[in-house]
Amino acid sequence: MAQFEVSSRQGYRIAERLLRLDWFLIVLVCTVGAVGIGMLISASGGSTEPWAARQMVWFGAGLLLMIAVATADIGFWLRAAYTIYGLAFGLLVGVELLGAAGKGAQRWIDLGVIQLQPSELMKIALILALARYFHGVPLEGIGRIRTYLPPLLMILAPAALILRQPDLGTALLLALGGAIMLFLAGLKAWKIGVAVVLALGSGPVVWQFLHEYQRARILTFFNPEADPLGAGYHILQSKIALGSGGLFGKGYLQGTQSHLNFLPEKQTDFIFTMMAEELGFFGVAGVLLLYLGIATYGVVISARSNNHFGRLLGMGITVTFFFHVFFNVAMVIGLIPIVGLPLPLISYGGSAMLSLMLGLGLLLCVGVHRDVIITRRPGSAG
Amino acid sequence: MRGETGRANLFTRRAVIVGGAQALLTAGLAGRLYQLQVVESERYQVLADENRINMQLLPPARGRIFDRFGQVLAENRLNYRLVVVPEAALNLERALDEIAALVPIEDHDRDRVLREASRKQRFVPITVRENLNWDEVSQIEVNAPDLPGVMIDVGSRRLYTFGRDTVHIVGYVGAVNESDLELTDDPLLTLPDFRIGKNGAEKVLESSLRGEAGSRQVEVNAYGRVIRELSRRTGRPGDDHVLTVDLGLQQYVSARFGEESGSAVVLDVHSGEILALASVPSYDPNMFTSGISQRQWRELISHPRFPLSNKSIAGQYSPGSTFKMIVALAALESGEVSPYHRFYCNGSLKLGKRRFRCWRRYGHGHVAMVQGLMESCDVYFYEVAKRVGIDRIAAMSERFGFGNKLDIELPGEKPGLVPTREWKLAMIGEPWQGGETLVVGIGQGYLLTTPLQLAVMVARIANGGIAVEPRLLAEAIRDGQPVPRESESFAPMGLSPAHLDIVRKGMNFVVNEPKGTAYRARIEEPALAMAGKTGSVQVRRISEREHRTGVIKNEDRPWEERDHALFVAYAPLERPRYGVAVVVEHGGSGGSVAAPIARDILREVQRRDPSSRARNLEALIRPHETA
Repeated sequence: MAQFEVSSRQGYRIAERLLRLDWFLIVLVCTVGAVGIGMLISASGGSTEPWAARQMVWFGAGLLLMIAVATADIGFWLRAAYTIYGLAFGLLVGVELLGAAGKGAQRWIDLGVIQLQPSELMKIALILALARYFHGVPLEGIGRIRTYLPPLLMILAPAALILRQPDLGTALLLALGGAIMLFLAGLKAWKIGVAVVLALGSGPVVWQFLHEYQRARILTFFNPEADPLGAGYHILQSKIALGSGGLFGKGYLQGTQSHLNFLPEKQTDFIFTMMAEELGFFGVAGVLLLYLGIATYGVVISARSNNHFGRLLGMGITVTFFFHVFFNVAMVIGLIPIVGLPLPLISYGGSAMLSLMLGLGLLLCVGVHRDVIITRRPGSAG
Repeated sequence: MRGETGRANLFTRRAVIVGGAQALLTAGLAGRLYQLQVVESERYQVLADENRINMQLLPPARGRIFDRFGQVLAENRLNYRLVVVPEAALNLERALDEIAALVPIEDHDRDRVLREASRKQRFVPITVRENLNWDEVSQIEVNAPDLPGVMIDVGSRRLYTFGRDTVHIVGYVGAVNESDLELTDDPLLTLPDFRIGKNGAEKVLESSLRGEAGSRQVEVNAYGRVIRELSRRTGRPGDDHVLTVDLGLQQYVSARFGEESGSAVVLDVHSGEILALASVPSYDPNMFTSGISQRQWRELISHPRFPLSNKSIAGQYSPGSTFKMIVALAALESGEVSPYHRFYCNGSLKLGKRRFRCWRRYGHGHVAMVQGLMESCDVYFYEVAKRVGIDRIAAMSERFGFGNKLDIELPGEKPGLVPTREWKLAMIGEPWQGGETLVVGIGQGYLLTTPLQLAVMVARIANGGIAVEPRLLAEAIRDGQPVPRESESFAPMGLSPAHLDIVRKGMNFVVNEPKGTAYRARIEEPALAMAGKTGSVQVRRISEREHRTGVIKNEDRPWEERDHALFVAYAPLERPRYGVAVVVEHGGSGGSVAAPIARDILREVQRRDPSSRARNLEALIRPHETA
């Protein structure tokens, strides 16, 4: 593998790296994680079984992973970016071929200890790969249209595979995160406009590729009350839960909608609804502020980085994290169709937790190495 | 490095834009949440409660019905049901096998349980068997630990201990049908197992017997399972009711008819209290509460003697000679006929071309009023009726309660019929004929009366012309306290005591003079002696030829063609207390068939003397047996 020239102040000792970690961000993440564990206890009616205890283990493991990733050398991540992307892509193809069917969709590879979801990994891998790609593009290059063809392929190929699984939410997230990275890399705004028009124009084509249940979700989104016991049931019950929570909520463990099973998937996709029912508007507004805090911190960390790889990587992670939150919340409060995305750090699930922590670790890594200067190309000085 | 700086600046600008967009989007989410959780919160709060809170009705205990001495006629019995919850039983078929080893289960019940289980949610209890006896209940309870999901559930059912004797008074309860639901919006009626009064006192007293529903609010989950009870409002049990009927007398009267078909009404001539009101043959109302089979039902409705019909209030019969007191009183009041004036009876009276016959082929000779009643001379009453006229007879009839419902507290009462000139013109379209007055004079023709009306007539004669009205309800008992019925005072009918004495003398002679038509049915103990009047009513037309050759004897005719036998009576002779009317359908002659029954009833009622016997209401006030 080619060697990048990394600036003189490389090679911090481990202790130094730990000092440079953004501990406030870590506190924010831990706060959100703790809220999540509290909600999982409520979801199981006041018990740590079956979800909260395991989620704590995942969260602890995630924290260790995050610190490890953050304290690794940023040059390592730069060098490994394409390899990781290639690995993730290979795994995506792998689930196509031998993935076990879970929830009617092929998404998982069973690794024994954990069920690996390649699409989770791909979210990180794509950001790494795009960051590395644009890191290598000179200022003159960013005006040329052909500069954007390889990254477009890097985005669309895995997105198409994930859409086939089918996992509409993750595919959208991947495409949106990728698009925003192109924007951050310098793609002209009007070109993005053209792409958006093209994407909308391809809507009817995409419709053909959608599964029946995905079409139903989109249709019921537009009129959930039409079929309250059928496909619209989840949205309607979710809105009832939210609305009945009011300003201060029904109290922790007191959510009638969630505890009487009117709410679907209350430990995963709809955990925000349960939170809104039990903690009220003030409670969820606080949680949204925590999320916005993490996202804003991500923007600050990225902007302060002195290397382009770090900037793009940091923003990519931040944007993906933010839209993850946004899609989930917008979905359960009925702003967008149900796309099946969990709420980061709060929803139950080990695979999602680990990939999130991996991403946040990379964001922290960008912060740790903010003063490091990296050459544009391996072996060159410019 | 200029390129690097340019890239960095471009990136920073755009990163700030993205960061701003994130903040805006978050604000958008917060705004939407504000709208849902604060602005529209109330609406969703209501929807959430509708989701989770179910109202369940708690049926009240139905009021019981007692006879005048506190014998229970209708009560609620606990109905032990064997139910199984498939979810808890795990393997339903095995559970049914295990149950069957303890209590018998019919194959069709087994199939039904399995069928219901496949249709319903698994936590919904399914009834395996109803009306378990104590042995079966304890068998199940003892083995309860080995029978997961198998439970004994306690409901309520109506029991009529003396059903066959009292059904025409007490009636019965049955399932609610569509038309019942149209009459009331009481939500109790929508309960699947609810029963309401369908006949008799059960029907008339329905609103009071039913009580008020309690309710409980329960929280249910998305699958309808009850999670907990939120609140409970106890209802009010229905009122108990005490009837004027004396069960012992009622049973005696029913039994006294034997195989005959007919009706008898016994009442207190002063208070109007019905002491017995029998209609035979009868049927067992418990069949209706536990479910009646098609075969049983067909038998009931096709029975030639109509057990379902309450003949004492819905059977309309010509009164025959029992009506002659009315004609006599109308005549005396009109002054057209002196009680001592004698008419000559040679066996028939000719009016125009028609010959009107006396029941005695060769006549009674010279007959005055008392003798006319005693021997029931038809020609005498033809003569009297001819002079008095239909208008006066009809007026007197109506004063005695004929032609109108007496409004006794039972459903299905018929008014009978008192024909008048106006009635005939309106209904048949022809003017009244003189001969028809003669026929009414001996209680036949269009005239129709119910046994209850005949009993009321005899009571009004016996009590000295007081317009007593019959009643069946003594008092209600609400919350353990008797609510007596307001006592009624009855108005005098304005009859002359002297006229009544003449009629009563005639009735006395009917029974107690050797030439009286019911002499053989007299009560020989002087203190208990009765007075009465016979009646025999033709139910077929007797041709002129048969009159000439001799009317075929009742015994030689088929049952449906025999005369109805009637007898009305009161006792004791001095200071009368009890009145009775007996109708034996196709029984033959009143004197030989109905009078002995009436005699035995009057002897029995005087022996029991229910009107004078103390009624211990305290004994009635017992708490309900509750489920």
